[in-house]
Amino acid sequence: MIDRSAILETNEMIDKDNFDVRTITMGISLFDCIADSGAGTSERVYKKITESAKNLVSVGREIESEYGVPIVNKRISVTPVSLLGKTETDFMQIADALDKAAGDCGVNFIGGYTALVHKGATTSENAFLNTVPEALSVTERLCSSVNAASTRAGINMDAVKRMGEIIKKTADLTKDRDAIGCAKFVVFANAVEDNPFMAGAFNGVGEGDRVINVGVSGPGAVRRALERCGADADFGELSECIKKTAFKITRVGQLVARQAAERLNATMGIIDLSLAPTPAVGDSVAHILEVMGLSSVGAHGSTAALAMLNDAVKKGGLMAGVYVGGLSGAFIPVSEDAGMIEAVGRGSLSLEKLEAMTSVCSVGLDMIAIPGDTPEDIIEAIIADECAIGVVNNKTTAVRLIPVPGKTVGEKVEFGGLLGTAPVMAVNKFSPAGFINRGGRIPAPIISNRN
Amino acid sequence: MRAIVSVVGKDRMGIIAQVSGLLFSIDINVMDLSQSVMNDYFHMIMLVDMSNCARKFEDISAALAALGAEIGMSIKIQHEDIFNAMHKI
Repeated sequence: MIDRSAILETNEMIDKDNFDVRTITMGISLFDCIADSGAGTSERVYKKITESAKNLVSVGREIESEYGVPIVNKRISVTPVSLLGKTETDFMQIADALDKAAGDCGVNFIGGYTALVHKGATTSENAFLNTVPEALSVTERLCSSVNAASTRAGINMDAVKRMGEIIKKTADLTKDRDAIGCAKFVVFANAVEDNPFMAGAFNGVGEGDRVINVGVSGPGAVRRALERCGADADFGELSECIKKTAFKITRVGQLVARQAAERLNATMGIIDLSLAPTPAVGDSVAHILEVMGLSSVGAHGSTAALAMLNDAVKKGGLMAGVYVGGLSGAFIPVSEDAGMIEAVGRGSLSLEKLEAMTSVCSVGLDMIAIPGDTPEDIIEAIIADECAIGVVNNKTTAVRLIPVPGKTVGEKVEFGGLLGTAPVMAVNKFSPAGFINRGGRIPAPIISNRN
Repeated sequence: MRAIVSVVGKDRMGIIAQVSGLLFSIDINVMDLSQSVMNDYFHMIMLVDMSNCARKFEDISAALAALGAEIGMSIKIQHEDIFNAMHKI
């Protein structure tokens, strides 16, 4: 029996509303690649990745063709690299091997150049952190992340203190490409082990050898569904409408994840229920909030609207997926969302409002260009604030800032592709130096004592 | 394996004949068909059985897309599971 309306609805979501599966990410454990030397480890790393993921792209295309739903990205995440070596030379050799392996597998990004230093950093991890700017500048596909805080450990302010230096140095080393290195570096609080989205994806230490994690998307489909609800629908109706759409989107993610895991001989990990925008027209999270009734995102009411959206996406998606994980929620990057870019341009969206919104979205301050002359301690203070939101609210938060050398407020940076266009946003210039330079760790909040 | 073939575009003579002719030539059986024309706009959905077809899915998809380009229609084929996943619990 043909259910005509169901078929039409699905195909409208795909053809008109930009509904797609955003990423199939293969998580690969590299623990069994550790050898006596950095060169030995790198050789094993290259071999294991290229063997494990050799069919990732072709299987992705096969599934895309069979189900008629676009699968935008096929990516790889690996064990945090800081755990695989000792010296800076070791880490740089592994960085090169990862980049080459990703290229040879045909994927555009590989994540996991990562350190988990939320409580403290070992000598090796400090050596690793020294290499991040150079590794990001000499590679094309490598993505890096640092977990600097957790609800259980508090905020490692010594680690946060290093992040400003890493971000500024990365910007400087990639200044000929508008500091694109910074678009591949993210600082987390409460990083998750099974996130399929870049730049923060890594295959956590609790993960298996080969895992498929799938990130779904579909802001355009949610927006269209809300438009159909009409201006008179109350919040209960809006929430129901989002839940139903999220359910349908996630079911496709579940189908794709199951198929991909089976065909790639991997374990099915999780579905990430995120609404991930792209710069394409009609694929914006900001526009969803505006359809809810805000004249421009960033207006007062934006945090409440985003909170409801985020919650309804999770409620709808949870029933549709067997294993739900990753970041799961609405992303609010600036450069990757046409509505956010417009809102910054018309003066309705500030960094401070975005910070408030990160307390109820799935991640944090994402893909935000700031003036190139922003001091390191201000960047570190922005990170500390974001970590505090994550730690106290027991959620993941993140910061991906791009201090663009030579650019200032009002100018724009074109990254192209999914990374989009970033308007340079103003930051509060009052110095936080006396606070940031104290050193040590902000203790874990009272909610961490749950045993 | 069962799939859904969707054909959309401006109405003209012989669409059903040409699409089903192509499917017949590659051993794909049409099990059900729903078609309508509104304001000169043709829309058809076919449920097909591919179990006797030896060709690769992407080749079939390309052949249908090529026929669509030739006759000025959009034609696509999708595994029926995507619709079942989204619309059935």
